[in-house]
Amino acid sequence: MATILFDGVAYGMLLFVLACGLAVTLGLMNFVNLAHGAFAMAGGYVTVVLMDKWGVPFVACLPIAFLAAAALGLVLERTLYVHMYGRSPLEQVLFSIGLVFIAVAVTDYFMGSSQRNIQLPAWLQGRREVLGASIGIYRSFLIVLCGALALVLQLALMKTRFGSRLRAAVDDARVARGLGIPVGFVFAATFAVGSGLAGLGGALGVELLGLDPYFPLKFMVFFLIVVTVGGTSGLMGPFVASLLLGVADVAGKYYLSSALGGFVIYVVLIVVLVLRPHGLFARAR
Amino acid sequence: MSASTSLQRRARWRVAEIVFWLVAFGALFAPAGKHLLLNEIAILALFALSLDLILGYAGIISLGHAAFFGAGAYAAGIFCKMVMPDPTAGLLVAIIVAAVLGFATSFLVLRGSDLTRLMVTLAVALVLHEVANALPDWTGGADGLQGMTVGPVLGTFDFDLYGRTAYAYSLTTLFVLLLLARLVVRSPFGLSLMAIRRNPLRAAALGVPVHRRLIAAYTLGAAYAGAAGALLAQTTGYVSLDVLEFQRSADVLLTLIIGGTGWLYGGIAGAIAFKILQDVLSSTSPQFWMFWMGIFLVVLALVGRERLTTGARGLVARVMRS
Amino acid sequence: MLRRELLAIAALSVLPSVASAQETVKIGLILPMTGQQASTGKQIDAAVKLYLAKNGTTVAGKKIEVILKDDTSVPDVTKRLAQELVVNDKVAVLAGFGITPSAKATAPIATQAKVPEVVMAAGTSSITEDSPFIVRTSFTLAQSSVPMAEWAAKNGIKKVITLVSDYGPGIDAEKSFTEKFKADGGTIVENLRIPMRSPDFAPVLQKVADAKPDALFVFVPSGTGAQFVKQFVERGLDKSGVKLIATGDVTDDDQLNGMGDAVVGVINAHNYSAAHDSAANKAFVDGFKKANGGLRPNFMAVGGWDGMHLIYEALKKTKGDASGDKLIAAMKGMAWESPRGPISIDPETRDIVQNIYIRKVEKKDGELYNVEFATIPNVKDPVKAAKKK
Repeated sequence: MATILFDGVAYGMLLFVLACGLAVTLGLMNFVNLAHGAFAMAGGYVTVVLMDKWGVPFVACLPIAFLAAAALGLVLERTLYVHMYGRSPLEQVLFSIGLVFIAVAVTDYFMGSSQRNIQLPAWLQGRREVLGASIGIYRSFLIVLCGALALVLQLALMKTRFGSRLRAAVDDARVARGLGIPVGFVFAATFAVGSGLAGLGGALGVELLGLDPYFPLKFMVFFLIVVTVGGTSGLMGPFVASLLLGVADVAGKYYLSSALGGFVIYVVLIVVLVLRPHGLFARAR
Repeated sequence: MSASTSLQRRARWRVAEIVFWLVAFGALFAPAGKHLLLNEIAILALFALSLDLILGYAGIISLGHAAFFGAGAYAAGIFCKMVMPDPTAGLLVAIIVAAVLGFATSFLVLRGSDLTRLMVTLAVALVLHEVANALPDWTGGADGLQGMTVGPVLGTFDFDLYGRTAYAYSLTTLFVLLLLARLVVRSPFGLSLMAIRRNPLRAAALGVPVHRRLIAAYTLGAAYAGAAGALLAQTTGYVSLDVLEFQRSADVLLTLIIGGTGWLYGGIAGAIAFKILQDVLSSTSPQFWMFWMGIFLVVLALVGRERLTTGARGLVARVMRS
Repeated sequence: MLRRELLAIAALSVLPSVASAQETVKIGLILPMTGQQASTGKQIDAAVKLYLAKNGTTVAGKKIEVILKDDTSVPDVTKRLAQELVVNDKVAVLAGFGITPSAKATAPIATQAKVPEVVMAAGTSSITEDSPFIVRTSFTLAQSSVPMAEWAAKNGIKKVITLVSDYGPGIDAEKSFTEKFKADGGTIVENLRIPMRSPDFAPVLQKVADAKPDALFVFVPSGTGAQFVKQFVERGLDKSGVKLIATGDVTDDDQLNGMGDAVVGVINAHNYSAAHDSAANKAFVDGFKKANGGLRPNFMAVGGWDGMHLIYEALKKTKGDASGDKLIAAMKGMAWESPRGPISIDPETRDIVQNIYIRKVEKKDGELYNVEFATIPNVKDPVKAAKKK
């Protein structure tokens, strides 16, 4: 069913944008940031408020959501996260869950508990018939935008100086520092960009996934799945993993009864992890 | 001090431990009021203890420990409803069911990094949640298991409205299982687990059958979690899908981290702190307890639990000495 | 002398003292104030506060005190809170209960302690059968689904696919709609269920698009409706001739305005609309909006309002006697004009009997409302009514 494949790919692309920041920060700083979803939520709410109160057009909100989440990420990283870098993973879990709780409670207080929605501009609504399959315009937009982003990110990682510094720092931070690479700056910048991407993903996702203060808790599982299956040593892994999961989830729910359809991604996860415990694309270390 | 003497010292009962248990059992006779909360603390403590066995002693990080808790709860519930209402029998059945489940899934956590294990355990719990939802004839589905009328403990003590019997039942189970855990942990088996947690390669080089030990530890942890789940089912007389929810696994992990891993009493300490904090925050500001809880966790993480416990221990030592 | 006093105090502290001996009647209000159902909790809490503000806190010579507790929608927490409220705070009435498992878990407490349990939100039919002390002022899914099925059959809809969330109320809605629709001569093409935590309706809507029924009957819990309608429209289903019919939970007043024009024209059946044309409702909606920053009350809020009214009127009837048996006896058969219309408590089942309205979503003064165009009066819960036959 071409439409289902298409829908799955769109969902997967969205997951990629949401989760790639987490993959990179995990791979780079070995920090299990369970609060990643909070940045996505921030981007979503920024978009909702801008569109509702000030009538800012949707497409203009996207870069603003990115910047706002990136700024938030930068501030938090420099003030709070930086103290947690050397700590045990358990303490990092404690810390990030605490942050999620705070984020959820604050959002609930200021924004209310009900789900929020946005009105897409007319040119993004509706469907079209392409090669016999009916596809949604918004989903096509998602695929194009997220695909372009993935390409840009991969190029930045592979071809720019910052990218090579980042890769060096991921491989071995101590040696990188020894070579004069400003690892602290790399961490901060990467964290900011990762959070910004999450915010952008949150903004894009309001239409498909909904938005309420419990968003970080609801979707944390999916982000973690992308990161685990994809591995954390680059962007290709999470990209393929997101697509795989998006298609598996959508196809599973379509072809199997809904009772079983929900399980499909978890079963896929278990199977992948049993066969390749370090993720699909992990390099041998 | 030789190795054997230091091990013997660790195995002895400390004064603080004895005092603690006296107070815990003494609370049974306190005036009615808080026994329900105490019962919940005891159940959470047992659940956290079960996680400590696999996390603090075997080094397996699990985000899905609720799978065994839930399995035990449903086993006890279905047993009570369909076979026999006696709680002790139900408890034993639940332990066995959870242990079998733990054994079956233990093979999945043997390989991979910490993150892999985290995700696999999470996935197992989520799959189990979906399975429970998909079998409403057995589990009651989203409505929960109906029709559980739990019989009196040991044939004589009925579960009362004040929760006194519940607390006594849970506390005794916790005590017995803790005694057992103490024995296991001080045994060569337990020591080998600690060696594995510190450095699996080195342990393997020493001839410790790492995989077999991990499977055994995981099964034991699962069995304990199943016991905790059964206690919850029996003392509340009801089982719903959220015994398998991610929130349960997250809560117990938090509880254990707060209390401290690797010293058996961490689960109990964490449970007391977590539940009381939750209760106090919840009644003072029902809408914002999540916020204060989050602040507490962040501050605790930043300050560092280590500093807190060493600070506390230093204080106690100074008091003891003077 | 001292020993006797001590013994007396000890005895009193162990016995559950009957609330009627005191001057204050306490009501334990257990709601989900945080978590997925938080908007339900907030609506009911706001309605209860509004009722107290409008009607004062004294009834039949007794002072009313409401103790609010957050159960985060976890049933064993609900049960523990209920037990503590009864044992420690000595409440005379337990109220609230945002979801079915919470209400069911508390039933044994109500029975054991002989304390009325006023269910203001949960909607599964079987709840009132769990204890002789349970009274409901909210609704049941069957109450809205059966009239919807009847209307559909009468209005030329022959083939329907049902789509519900996979949990108690959803299954109730599916079963009662299916039975009635088939009995009236219609065909159910397929019964689809979606898991509660599903973020994406795409796959299941694609199934509907492929099957092309006359209508799609939907139930999703309040809060998810907006997401669903969006995706329905996004898939082009509204233009493909598939009519969308639903229970009013989908077009929840709380969310309706945010859904956009996509939802105009959706026909649904429910017990309450903020646009209901009566003086009582106008006063209720205006008061609610004023006290809550423009927030519109929804069917959950009206359940809370009527729950409080029921407790107050029962206390007046028993002349301040707050013992469980007397209150329940007073509550049975009570009837009054609610903001939703005329309602009463069925003396046999202790469940609510109310009008069900068939409504269409329309735009009025720039806002979206469920505008009622047909009324089915005095609907008893069909599931329990069927059991009697």
